[in-house]
Amino acid sequence: MYSDRRVARFISEQLEPVRVHVREQKDEYRRLSERYNAQWTPTILILDSEGQERHRIEGFLPVDDFLPQVALGVAKSAFQRQEYADAERRYREIVDKFSSTDAAAEALYWAGVSKYKASGDASALKATSTAFRERYQDTIWAKKASVWE
Amino acid sequence: MPTASSSITWSHDFDSALTQARASKRGILLDFTAAPM
Repeated sequence: MYSDRRVARFISEQLEPVRVHVREQKDEYRRLSERYNAQWTPTILILDSEGQERHRIEGFLPVDDFLPQVALGVAKSAFQRQEYADAERRYREIVDKFSSTDAAAEALYWAGVSKYKASGDASALKATSTAFRERYQDTIWAKKASVWE
Repeated sequence: MPTASSSITWSHDFDSALTQARASKRGILLDFTAAPM
């Protein structure tokens, strides 16, 4: 996953990358795996700048699925900071660039929420629900958005 | 000691990386791995 140039570039530009090895750093692995309840490898966590978990990836993913999952974590961190315009931009970029991945439906949902949080305009939620009628209909995110009809 | 994988420079010191993250306002990617280093 990490040998892909797009992945390496995104991570290097957006995040502080830390790697803990199960056998070669036994004490550190034990300490951090207990702190973050990581019980399998690979487990990849996207933490905010205070060390709070914002997104979790457990198990291997191909590059085209892994990269948008990392991007989801960065977008969730922006959302948590209440930087809703930035979060919406990041979520929509995932939908646009990785439209065929599982991350896209989740990103579409949270893009709508981010827009609503930024504006207070409930039409952002209705528009999101409408968008789910055209794509990702079989996902849990479409079900969640259906209440906004 | 940081190590490089492709163009990623990995830190293996979480506490130092967290200090850096707080200063830079960037998040952390924490990879628990069993892959060869």
